Amino acid sequence: MEVLLAIVIGTLYTGGLYLMMRRNLIQLIIGLGLLSHGANLLIFTAGGLRQGGAPILAEGEKMFATVPADPLPQALILTAIVISFAVTAFALVLFLRTYQAVGTDDVDELKETDT
Amino acid sequence: MFTLLITCFFAAVLAPWVHRRVPKYAGALLALVPAAVFAWLIRQLPMVAHGHSVEQSFQWVEGLGLEFALRLDGLGLLFALLISGIGTLIIFYTQGYFKGHPQQGRFLMYTIAFMASMLGVVLANHLLVLFIFWELTSFTSYLLIGFNHEDEAARSAALQAMLVTVLGGLFLLAGMILMAQATGTWKLSEIVQRGAELQAHPHYLPILILICIGAFTKSAQFPFHFWLPNAMHAPTPASAYLHSSTMVKAGIYLLARLHPALGGTGEWGAILTTIGVATFLIGALMAIGQSVLKRLLAYSTVSALGAMVMLLGIGTSGAIQAMAAFVLAHALYKATLFMVAGGITHETGETSVDRLGGLRKAMPFSFTCAMLAGLSMGGVMPFFGFVAKEVWLHALGDYPLLLLATVAVGATYVLVGITVGWKPFAGQRPDGLHAHAVPISMRIGPLVLGLGSLFLAFFAGWIGHAIVEPAAAAIAAKDLEVHLHLWAGFNKYLLMGIGTVAIGLALYRTRPVLLKTGARLAGFARFGPDAAYRLILSSVLKFAAWQTRLLQTGTLRHYIRYAVLTTTALVAAAFIRAGGFQGLENLSPISTRIALVAVLMIAAAIFTVHSNSRLRSILSMGLVGYGMAMLFTFFGAPDLAMTQLVIETLTVILLALAFSHLPPFRHGSSMRTRGTDLAIAVGGGVVVMLLVLAALDVQTPTAVSDYYLEHSYKYAHGRNVVNVILVDFRALDTLGEITVLTIAALGASALLKLRQGKQEDKS
Repeated sequence: MEVLLAIVIGTLYTGGLYLMMRRNLIQLIIGLGLLSHGANLLIFTAGGLRQGGAPILAEGEKMFATVPADPLPQALILTAIVISFAVTAFALVLFLRTYQAVGTDDVDELKETDT
Repeated sequence: MFTLLITCFFAAVLAPWVHRRVPKYAGALLALVPAAVFAWLIRQLPMVAHGHSVEQSFQWVEGLGLEFALRLDGLGLLFALLISGIGTLIIFYTQGYFKGHPQQGRFLMYTIAFMASMLGVVLANHLLVLFIFWELTSFTSYLLIGFNHEDEAARSAALQAMLVTVLGGLFLLAGMILMAQATGTWKLSEIVQRGAELQAHPHYLPILILICIGAFTKSAQFPFHFWLPNAMHAPTPASAYLHSSTMVKAGIYLLARLHPALGGTGEWGAILTTIGVATFLIGALMAIGQSVLKRLLAYSTVSALGAMVMLLGIGTSGAIQAMAAFVLAHALYKATLFMVAGGITHETGETSVDRLGGLRKAMPFSFTCAMLAGLSMGGVMPFFGFVAKEVWLHALGDYPLLLLATVAVGATYVLVGITVGWKPFAGQRPDGLHAHAVPISMRIGPLVLGLGSLFLAFFAGWIGHAIVEPAAAAIAAKDLEVHLHLWAGFNKYLLMGIGTVAIGLALYRTRPVLLKTGARLAGFARFGPDAAYRLILSSVLKFAAWQTRLLQTGTLRHYIRYAVLTTTALVAAAFIRAGGFQGLENLSPISTRIALVAVLMIAAAIFTVHSNSRLRSILSMGLVGYGMAMLFTFFGAPDLAMTQLVIETLTVILLALAFSHLPPFRHGSSMRTRGTDLAIAVGGGVVVMLLVLAALDVQTPTAVSDYYLEHSYKYAHGRNVVNVILVDFRALDTLGEITVLTIAALGASALLKLRQGKQEDKS
């Protein structure tokens, strides 16, 4: 199982990195999205996969009867998902503004736009 | 002592303000600070002369063993007296030299800051404290050499001095760290007691060489001597203070200080004597051909510094006391000559000694002082230079070759002494040379020091006992008796002294010939260390420009490439070094539904990359996100799954909305670029994949997780542990997260508003 997930993570990283090296601004953002998926999955897998129940106590119980999934990576990833959304949204607006101000969405042409 | 240092630095900061308040008397007022230091030092004199030392220290950074430790002993006292004494006179002298100069306050600030740093160097009792002050002197020296910052030559000389001394400083630091490791202490007073231990240590030779490089660069020893003559672009008070009497002796001080720890071995003797003699001779040889006053003095300073290193290298009690006496004699006469030279240039505007003459009527005061110092430099009776020269010759009694060298070089000192002390004042005044006497403030300094050279000779016995003896005892780390005499009786050394003066006089007679030879020799400068320095500097700059052009292309894609490549390479290297792959154990079984999701995600990711349509690309990225959500459900993370679903949907909508404002994909790259990028990306992906597999072997400590699982209901009364972590246990993190979101939202809305504003302007 872990090997399979490792391949998924590797593919996500490869795709993300490749897209970030393209010339279209929008591909850069999509690449960033793939990369953050890959990173989240990396944390999740590295934290240890447990197919046990969710770390939620049932009504009336006070202790976990069986060991549930590790709550710590989950808390970390939850934060990461939200933050990466903020980054994506901000980058999108920034690129949109760049395109409108400079008139190009070609990353290679952006280096000649400084005044 | 700590109070003294703080006061000095404080005075430095206040100097510009004082100058603005009382522009006419700023020098005199500020000179009170070093004068107070001098007075305090004099009061310690009897105690130190009896072999005691004053110590003070307090913890600076406790965990690092960093202690702000100061210690005043005989050696420190000799240097501290010179620093504060000459400092007092120089600062007073500055008042006249920079009369009406708008930047005088800045000069005073640098000079006093230098003085404080230099006092720190000679009082420090902790290696790192010494190093900090050491670097501060390099830094203040840089500011002073480059004081006329509008002059290109001054700026490059300042940079040169700084690069050479700071580079040496790095070697010194390395040597200090090794030394501290070898002896187990950073305190100088303890290191000097562990000489035997240090010399038996396998790192002894590297330590010695590193420390020597540090000291040699600072004290302008061959082949690093070239920065000192160039440093003469500094205003003359700075040259007189830093580059003849104090800062350049920091290296000498350090070697003397560490003599008990490192000295006495064959290596020590070989390195110091060779380099010292080479510097001693080369400096004298170069001095002969000079006609610019300050450069002439600078080369003779280089030679004198070489002599001190040579004497330390010999290391007998006689050589050590000769060195201590010579440090004192040299500081007195050289600072005087510099101040006189500064006065001459100040009043006549002339720098070359060959265009000067007949000034004795116009500048009688300068003439007197110059003669006093020139005679002391020549080692003529009854001056302190003579006393030091006698001890020196005496110490070299067993080394006939060195004795010969000393006589030869001594003759050039006589030559320099006459050229600066006599030549500008004697004979006919050249036409068009206007001159008048220097102001009072510029008379005091040279007069006090010049007369000092004379009077100290008459109190030679007392000086020897009170100042030279404790210093020599600290260098030799044993009790010894120093007897300095003005009249040591009629012996062969006296004859040698007389012979030296005679040869010097003869040299002066043939000076025109010597100057011509010197000019011819100047062609060899092309192969000298100065040229080497310039070559290295320009090569480094060229290399920097080349690699900047290569790496800093201004194209984002290249930056990403380099970042990915570097990270991949570093992680891969660490991975291989850690032993590579250990094999897979404890794998969980593959279930069909998870395999299906995984294959779907891989396919979607490939499609995202491959697609030429924006919408298809973004939708398949959304598919990857939903795949993530499904994985989260399978592995017991419903919260994550929910969040992922919501966020993914939002992202897709947001991107789709933005598309209406952006053009379709239209900028393709060449096959070659795409191939390279793909290779780099695959490399990055593979390394991450290997990393994930390697991470499986690592046992994740679960103490924190277990704590949360156990206590989340108990303390926070929450059943969903993930939620409890986010809002209770790690609530501050969540606050940070919310802040990031807010900032992003604010930034985005600001950017959007900006556009509206622009459109309104247009309409």
